[in-house]
Amino acid sequence: MVVIGIFMVLPMMILVVFSFLEADPYGGVEPVFSLEAYIQILYEIDFDDTVVFNPIYLNIIARSVGLALVATFGCLILGFPVAYFITRQSPRNQNMLLYLITLPFWTNLLIRTYSWILILAKNGVVEQPLLALGIIDDSLGMMYTNGAIAIGLIYTYLPLMVLPIYASLEKLDFRLVEAAHDLYAGRLKVMREIIVPLAMPGIIAGCILVFVPSLGAFIAPDLLGGGKKLMLGSLIQLQFSSSRNWPFGSAIAVCLLALVMISLTIQARSAGKRRAMEG
Amino acid sequence: MAEARSNALSVCNVVKVFGSGPGAVTALNDVSVNIEANEFFTLLGPSGCGKTTLLRLTAGFEQPTGGEIFLFGEEIENLPPHHRPVNTVFQHYALFPHMTVTENIGFGLKMLKWNASDIQARVSETLALVKMEAFATRKPAQMSGGQQQRIALARALAPRPKVLLLDEPLSALDLKLRQAMRQELKTLQRETGITFIFVTHDQEEALTMSDRIAVMSEGQIQQIGAPLDIYERPLNRFVADFIGDTNFITARIAAISGSKATCTAGGGLSFSTPMVGEHSKGDTVTLALRPEKIKLKAATARAKGSATIANATYLGTDTTYEIALTRDVMVTARDQNIAAGMGRFNAGDRVSLEFAAGSARMLTD
Repeated sequence: MVVIGIFMVLPMMILVVFSFLEADPYGGVEPVFSLEAYIQILYEIDFDDTVVFNPIYLNIIARSVGLALVATFGCLILGFPVAYFITRQSPRNQNMLLYLITLPFWTNLLIRTYSWILILAKNGVVEQPLLALGIIDDSLGMMYTNGAIAIGLIYTYLPLMVLPIYASLEKLDFRLVEAAHDLYAGRLKVMREIIVPLAMPGIIAGCILVFVPSLGAFIAPDLLGGGKKLMLGSLIQLQFSSSRNWPFGSAIAVCLLALVMISLTIQARSAGKRRAMEG
Repeated sequence: MAEARSNALSVCNVVKVFGSGPGAVTALNDVSVNIEANEFFTLLGPSGCGKTTLLRLTAGFEQPTGGEIFLFGEEIENLPPHHRPVNTVFQHYALFPHMTVTENIGFGLKMLKWNASDIQARVSETLALVKMEAFATRKPAQMSGGQQQRIALARALAPRPKVLLLDEPLSALDLKLRQAMRQELKTLQRETGITFIFVTHDQEEALTMSDRIAVMSEGQIQQIGAPLDIYERPLNRFVADFIGDTNFITARIAAISGSKATCTAGGGLSFSTPMVGEHSKGDTVTLALRPEKIKLKAATARAKGSATIANATYLGTDTTYEIALTRDVMVTARDQNIAAGMGRFNAGDRVSLEFAAGSARMLTD
């Protein structure tokens, strides 16, 4: 209980409390209750105290959700075949491949993301051979785009998609696949009717594990998006560093948390319903 | 192949080797068998004898290393499983856990692109066939093993396969249920007219259900025949030993007349058996004699052909006696307990042995 209290609840409490306080212009907070931070998400307060609707932050939230969805979908498309491939190997090779999948986790994310700059940059690893072969004449301009951010996110969170899908596919009884083949189902049908439905818990878990941190990511947007394409994570980070608006940062973080909790609740409800049906 | 065309399934010189190099395992070694239409055919043998491999080759889950397989005259050994009009009842049912009973049974028809109303009709019909109408909306996890078994059977029967393969389908059920299902499977086979190929290691199952049995061992078929043939006229030591209890008696051929031989064994026993294989007078052969074919009579100590009971074991319906013919030749006899109480004899009693002509069989090895 104490551990949960100190490591889980206390920082969250502080975050929530901060979001309802006034900003100290030099960082930190003034202990005065205020809803200004939340109002600021949707409205701009002009110097003459008129409140004007300001869609900037909503845009950022929309872009973040969009990019997180793209990243989740990308991870799913890439991760499912990888996970399936791994389960079809011998146990020894399975362990080996899982080890390789988790290996990047042991190096710093910042450095790994920098290496993507080298890959995507003008005259980078991708462009140089294409230029040399004359396939392209000019830089593709891959850096500092939403695409670059999506690639960075997919790269970062792919293992979080592969592992839970692997876990559910690994439990799949391969005799069911044989039974489906025996009942006139070709490969595609077996995939659609048997393998994917039975791997659904892993697919949902993987999607949540990728979607949630993608929403709050700031390293990939900063480095690969050039900080121009702000995402929620970067926005929050900015409020605590250069902008020195801790209550605003906290308020956005609380909103992000609310978004995540709502989506998790919906997922848990539907999973509960499904389990009840399968009895 | 004219002969192949008249059969439901023809397996011709099939070889199956798993792996390669020194670790390779030969699961089937030149197996040929013809199974007739509408037949209840059983592949019987101990685990590792190749019976399941033969079934999987027929279903298409494995490709043969050599040889051909014909289904009603059509060569099928290179077709994938979903192009073979053959369905399988799996040992552990392999019902799809995320589908209801109705969806499970309709799965094969859906894959064959039947329309919904036809599927509906066939599913209801098949559910009635296995007497499971009340379970249509259940999921597999909500049913007992016996109920799942019926659904697995219904799922495999629904597309009306040309041949139904059954891979030890009763082995996971308890004894009472297993015995009830035997009768039911037999009835189903007769009603549907579908050729059943049934794999089991249980000799009782094989003897009670089959039209014909192929006894397999070490990747080869040892004997094919009706249950009566297999039990009463085993060809070799493996078949005689695997099915039922048998006394193996080493004997010498004393005389040959036509297709009959008279053999003598220790303890003054004499047997008249049909000749098997190339033997001449004086050769030593092995005879098989079922314990229940031996009739025991009380004898006096000096009576000719009498022997001493070394051991008596009460089994409920019967009592078995181990009888010492000579100092090192023992035979086992089985005597039905017709009267109340224990068996008729006790250890140490002198008995004489009688048996009908032809009850002992000469074996090829």
